[in-house]
Amino acid sequence: MTVIEARGLRKSFGATIALDGIDLRIEEGRILGLIGPNGAGKSTALNAILGLIPYQGELRVLGRNPWSERDQLMRDVCFIADVAVLPRWIKVSQALDYVAGIHPRFDRAKAEAFLAKTTIRRTSKVRELSKGMVAQLHLAVVMAIDARLLVLDEPTLGLDILYRKQFYDSLLNDYFDRSRTIIVTTHQVEEIQNVLTDVMFIDRGRIVFGCSMEEFESRYLEVMVNPERLPAARQLKPIHERQVIGRSILLFDRVDRSQLTALGDVRTPSIADLFVAMLESKPPHQPAAPQGATV
Amino acid sequence: MSTASSPFSDSFNSQKGAPAAMSSSRPFYWSVQREFWEYRSLYVAPLAAASLFLFGFMISLIHLPARMRAAGVDPMQREFLGESENMAALLIMATTLIVALFYSLDALYGERRDRSILFWKSLPVSDLTTVLSKASIPIFILPLLTFAVTIALWILMVLLANAVLLATGMSVATAPPHSSFFQMSLGLLYHLMVVHGLFYAPFYGWLLLVSAWARRAAFLWAILPPFAIGIVEKIAFNTSYFASMLGYRFGGGAEDSNSKATGLAVLLMPHFTSDQLLFNPSLWTGLAVTTIFLAVAVRVRRNREPI
Repeated sequence: MTVIEARGLRKSFGATIALDGIDLRIEEGRILGLIGPNGAGKSTALNAILGLIPYQGELRVLGRNPWSERDQLMRDVCFIADVAVLPRWIKVSQALDYVAGIHPRFDRAKAEAFLAKTTIRRTSKVRELSKGMVAQLHLAVVMAIDARLLVLDEPTLGLDILYRKQFYDSLLNDYFDRSRTIIVTTHQVEEIQNVLTDVMFIDRGRIVFGCSMEEFESRYLEVMVNPERLPAARQLKPIHERQVIGRSILLFDRVDRSQLTALGDVRTPSIADLFVAMLESKPPHQPAAPQGATV
Repeated sequence: MSTASSPFSDSFNSQKGAPAAMSSSRPFYWSVQREFWEYRSLYVAPLAAASLFLFGFMISLIHLPARMRAAGVDPMQREFLGESENMAALLIMATTLIVALFYSLDALYGERRDRSILFWKSLPVSDLTTVLSKASIPIFILPLLTFAVTIALWILMVLLANAVLLATGMSVATAPPHSSFFQMSLGLLYHLMVVHGLFYAPFYGWLLLVSAWARRAAFLWAILPPFAIGIVEKIAFNTSYFASMLGYRFGGGAEDSNSKATGLAVLLMPHFTSDQLLFNPSLWTGLAVTTIFLAVAVRVRRNREPI
């Protein structure tokens, strides 16, 4: 079942083009990482998917038009973002009362059970909680909602590593199942690499790359090449080369592992490395090769 | 699902998986409830005004028996609504009016300023429900709240006055409150609902629209455009219809009577019934204008992002 389908999705703010014709298709049960530099259009794409901004082009989320049907859509979609802050004046108990009051798919007992594992008191106001606790509260509310799509836009920004780890652990262990779909953007790519099932790169309003993590792991290999094998390695047409402490690390696409092991230490690259490689190897303003992506 | 605090939870358990059955009044109810959590001044201010008045009234009671004797009035004959009861009503009314105006100007501005608007929008509550729930506060709920607080204060005042008279051995109206009490209560309720609620609705609608629209200085945006219209009209046509229209509306539609009855005078003079106001076309054009303001506010909120 397709959760999100976009064709020719465009959005501009004045003269700035934030989304430049995006085609994408996201199936149910995936955890998609949307990776891109600042200003690439990640948040704009997510805001369009959530019905928070108008856009041009075709976009269906769970079969609905997000702009005209935002309130119905939000019964099945949850959103945690660094920018979508909980109001500072609300008490924890009030937040639970309110969401229980308006959300038909909210299970209060679940939220209470999650909060019981934290040090958050029901009588506290959000302004009295630390940033990490606010994130926990928001996560408790969202995890208690039986939603089909969860959108996370820099959900762990400004949290320390302990909270970040807990955040993704809870999400995977207590929330995710194959009937849900999660889209996440973050700059801490390494932390979520093993969480994702799919990855998509976005740059200058376009999707420049997209594949599943299985494909990623089978296609891309990184080799720390011994200096004397460097010319031989370069013969195999690495897509990127970088120097780390006097040694060369070459990134290969679709090159047989057995060929590479002779050259040096072989390992799966990190998403961040591939991302940097792809952006550096592409001269600016050149249309990206894969126009669309299906995951 | 165990929403212990919700009276509707049982009916929801049976309907899990059928969220479409959720009644549309529930998000509205909780949206209104939310406003009272956020803007506690909505009920704190009238209660504070009432307490303040009661404090002053209790001090004044010291002289009550002496005054009664001097005037030679039989307390039985004492009109229920003396000076102080009117003052009490006016004080609370003025307080809630100010609260209502400031609330309306902040209602759709505050959620963008503190960036919580994206959180609210991530929940299944439409912009229409949100704006209507915020508009219902000054138009319906504050008038009712003002009424409740005023009546409670009146009853306390009567009881206290009677207690003082009783303690000093004077006879007291032991019967339940005078018939004038009910008459005045009804008059007050009518005045609050029709004038403070419906007749002032365009003011609240305008302020809500500005609060949804302004990126900064919402107060100036609320004040300056009407002011500018008045100025331009004065310069261009040497007339002041717009200004007098605003004055008429703020005066509670009372300029056509011979007396200079304002919204406040309506209450002071039980005989001046504002019955006519309900059939006054300006009330209905005002409500039509309010509808337009609110409809625009809904559209604006849909497009707006945090400031």
